[in-house]
Amino acid sequence: MSTALDAPDRPAVPETFRSVSASRKIKNQAATVLVTLAFLIAVIPLVWLLVSVLVKGIPAIVSADWWTKSLSGVTPDEVRGGVYHAIAGTLIQALIAGIFAVPIGILAAVYLVEYGRGRLAKITSFMVDILSGVPSIVAALFIFALFISILGFDQSGFLVGLALVLLMLPVVIRNTQEMLQLVPDELREAAYALGIPKWKTILRIVLPTALSGTVTGVMLAFARVMGETAPVLVLVGYARAINFNPFQGNMASLPLLIYTELSTNPSAAGQLRIWGGALTLIIIVMIFQIIASVISRFSSISK
Amino acid sequence: MAKRLDLKDVDIYYGDFHAVQDVNLSVPPRTVTSFIGPSGCGKSTVLRTLNRMHEEIPGARVEGEIQLDGEDIYARGSDAVAVRRTIGMVFQRPNPFPTMSIRDNVVAGLKLQGVRDKKKLDEVCEASLRGANLWKEVESRLDKPGGGLSGGQQQRLCIARAIAVQPDVLLMDEPCSALDPISTLAIEDLIGDLKKEYTIVIVTHNMQQAARVSDQTAFFNLEATGKPGHLVEIDDTEKIFSNPTERETEDYISGRFG
Repeated sequence: MSTALDAPDRPAVPETFRSVSASRKIKNQAATVLVTLAFLIAVIPLVWLLVSVLVKGIPAIVSADWWTKSLSGVTPDEVRGGVYHAIAGTLIQALIAGIFAVPIGILAAVYLVEYGRGRLAKITSFMVDILSGVPSIVAALFIFALFISILGFDQSGFLVGLALVLLMLPVVIRNTQEMLQLVPDELREAAYALGIPKWKTILRIVLPTALSGTVTGVMLAFARVMGETAPVLVLVGYARAINFNPFQGNMASLPLLIYTELSTNPSAAGQLRIWGGALTLIIIVMIFQIIASVISRFSSISK
Repeated sequence: MAKRLDLKDVDIYYGDFHAVQDVNLSVPPRTVTSFIGPSGCGKSTVLRTLNRMHEEIPGARVEGEIQLDGEDIYARGSDAVAVRRTIGMVFQRPNPFPTMSIRDNVVAGLKLQGVRDKKKLDEVCEASLRGANLWKEVESRLDKPGGGLSGGQQQRLCIARAIAVQPDVLLMDEPCSALDPISTLAIEDLIGDLKKEYTIVIVTHNMQQAARVSDQTAFFNLEATGKPGHLVEIDDTEKIFSNPTERETEDYISGRFG
């Protein structure tokens, strides 16, 4: 017997929950329309951008040469060659940035969360905030001023990597910091109560617990710096051939390739390379983001 | 193994705030001592000073002497890490390490102190889990994460982890407050067994629990919020619950306080 009482047996009660006032209905409708509209306005340019990059870029990237050859020996109006040199350059420069920014960033975050008390921590935290607001062109000019103007180095892919360090550091620090703060203090206390020293607690308990989030953040930081354009414009020359040596000579990268083709090559082949380069960059960034989400899914703490 | 604890004229401060005033008490070896009292009276604070755990809170400091078998744990040059190896602690909420298996949780203390011998670790693991009355329940899934156990099992896992490093004293900060009555009973039985080998100090809000498990009971109180907490009296549990010396204690125990 799960049915309700028959109608005549039911006590007569006023329907308190049914009378929604007209003004509330209108407000509700208006708000719904407004947020839906805002969502569409935000999404339209994104979809537009993706579709036009895909439509114009796919013809360029479908050839095997695109991924395996450089533009060395290819004339500007020839639809031939590929962007292997630029992909290699982008990855090498990001890797250089990562070699410096990831360990420094993680250690700085450990300092801020686990050790930082008082003045130095406040100053460090403030500096990180400032650093995360520094425009990429300023970071590039700083490296230019320091290494090229003052110390007399030549332009190189390595200097691009150094400029990217400045842009990557605050992202890594802030993200790692958040992940470390998510680790409950109870775990630290549990470890201390076992007579485990603080540094070992951090290394063996706190960091492993925060690992997946930290790795995800690092991947996203990589994805972010790979698209940076200002450092490559200021700090290195464009090369049409493959150059694996970041310390010497010009070195291409995807943003630099796009910029160079845009400013020097009005031919149809140039147009194709621009869109192909843009699509390639998006694909690489996406791969990094997919790696990040896979890592966070598989290494997340299993209950 | 089990050692005695003596507190002499202990005052505890958090920055400028005087949290606990003038505590004098002794905990004989192989006994269970329970701390009872209203919230904010400082019983947990006193417990945490017994293995220098309060030092993790910035600004916290202790005056007076806390001795383990006559040795001052706050003596100049004494190391908080070494103190905590001797005086273990179980917390209010079960807190197994989420990244580790059940086995690794139990031997975490030894492993991170540098013990590598796998045979010894396995022995300690089994002995500790048996000691915590958990072995039969987890025997077949030692490699599964500790987070998959029930709350009561997790708490016994934490006790196994605490006794795996073979401390002399075991501190328990409301170990049953997050558990159901059946798990609570399991932990209380376990405390009865553990006291054969360890000196145990337990903080509890449950007066029946204090009456059931402890040999002596310390009652803490505070005059008003913002005033320091103090030890009202400490005596045999039976006496505290039947015929306490202080009026204050009797009022609290019979529910007539404030």
